[in-house]
Amino acid sequence: MVALKSVFLKDVALAYRQRAELMQPLMFFVLVITLFPLAIGPSPETLQRIGGGIIWVATILSLLLGMERMFRDDFTDGSLEQYMLSPTPLYMIVVVKVLTHWLMHIVPLFLISPLLALFLNLTFDMYVALMFTLLLGTPLISFVGAIGVALTVGLHRGGVLLALLLIPIFIPLLIFATSAIESASMLLPYHSQLAIIAALLLFSVALSPMAIAYSLKVSQN
Amino acid sequence: MWKWINSFAKPEKAYWLCDVLQNWFAAVAITGLIIGIVWGLGYAPSDYQQGDSFRIIYIHVPSAILAMGGYVAMAIAALVGIVWQWRTAFMFMVAIAPVGAVMTFISLFTGSFWGKPMWGTWWIWDARLTSQLILLFLYLGVISLYTAFEDKQQAGKAAGVMAMVGVINIPIIHYSVEWWNTLHQGATITKIGKPSIAPEMLWPLLICIVGFAAFIGWVTIIRMKNEIIMRDLHRPWVAKRFGGFEGTENAQGKQ
Repeated sequence: MVALKSVFLKDVALAYRQRAELMQPLMFFVLVITLFPLAIGPSPETLQRIGGGIIWVATILSLLLGMERMFRDDFTDGSLEQYMLSPTPLYMIVVVKVLTHWLMHIVPLFLISPLLALFLNLTFDMYVALMFTLLLGTPLISFVGAIGVALTVGLHRGGVLLALLLIPIFIPLLIFATSAIESASMLLPYHSQLAIIAALLLFSVALSPMAIAYSLKVSQN
Repeated sequence: MWKWINSFAKPEKAYWLCDVLQNWFAAVAITGLIIGIVWGLGYAPSDYQQGDSFRIIYIHVPSAILAMGGYVAMAIAALVGIVWQWRTAFMFMVAIAPVGAVMTFISLFTGSFWGKPMWGTWWIWDARLTSQLILLFLYLGVISLYTAFEDKQQAGKAAGVMAMVGVINIPIIHYSVEWWNTLHQGATITKIGKPSIAPEMLWPLLICIVGFAAFIGWVTIIRMKNEIIMRDLHRPWVAKRFGGFEGTENAQGKQ
């Protein structure tokens, strides 16, 4: 337990000290969203119709960008080997690391989201739905994505490969999240979509730590 | 029994098995494909609605079925390799991955050519088409992850994890896409319903499926033999089996 707490504190401290690196995916997120009104046209109705989808696509892309550094520093400075040697099971450390990473990356995203809802002319109901889907969906991205990160951590040019591996896997999440927002825009209930995302999240939380731990061992060779 | 199965984890034994199976697969593939395709394209009655253009079914359906089947086979091999540490299972996985990817591409390509006269468009975001496209991406992900590693032992394990993640996701993707499509498009798509197919049309189709399956097996076996030889080039059994030529190379390699 002490070990897990110290891993958590270390990761938080590291992320806080490398604030610039934390800001980059966020800036990317805002920039991608800014591109869409410019490309498609500023008409508020169009933006409202596609807004939820745009925010979700941008979220997935920016989280992919930020995810790359989840295990990279630990891999290069040898901490990862120490985690493997320590008596604490690797999959528990992995859970803590993934959750910390999620926390450090998603809180800024939440803070900036009201602005983006304004940009894209989302109604209040759509905004609430967006928040719920982000809250349930982004940990899913972190947990499943961490498998890909763990597999590619030893590679020099892992970035594009990571996106290639993970984007197809996030398609169900994208479908359910955007459809929840669409239901909200028509003032329909969207519990079922949220329930499915939550089910996917629980499923991934149950299984992915083992896969991440195994992948890290493969990468460490 | 278990010991007997486990003996195929050795590359030498696996190579022997490949040799034995290769000719059988080749025979079934050649006869199946010739009979099935000639019967299907030449003699089966034409469809009363679609005319002769339905005949592409004899290529399209087998390749679509076996694209999925190939992925499942790949994932099973990955599971065997990861759980029981079989090197040969990873070799099989690597051997079948590009074959399955090509099958997926063939099914998309022929489907597109079938869609043009029937639906009036090359591509529709129909549930089946979309999930087949995603299947192609999953295949390409596994292949590119494998090629990214220098150490092929490590590459096999990494690609194996990815293959298993993919196979868990395929049903989720399939049903979510199906649900998405019905939600967004409703009745605008006239999907080809599943009419109970006439027996004269069904038989050549079944023969074609068997022929395609054997063909995939055949190509995979040849690729797997290649893979085994390439990885074990410096092992004594390869030298012994292929006599002087490999032997000299082996001797040089050891110096």
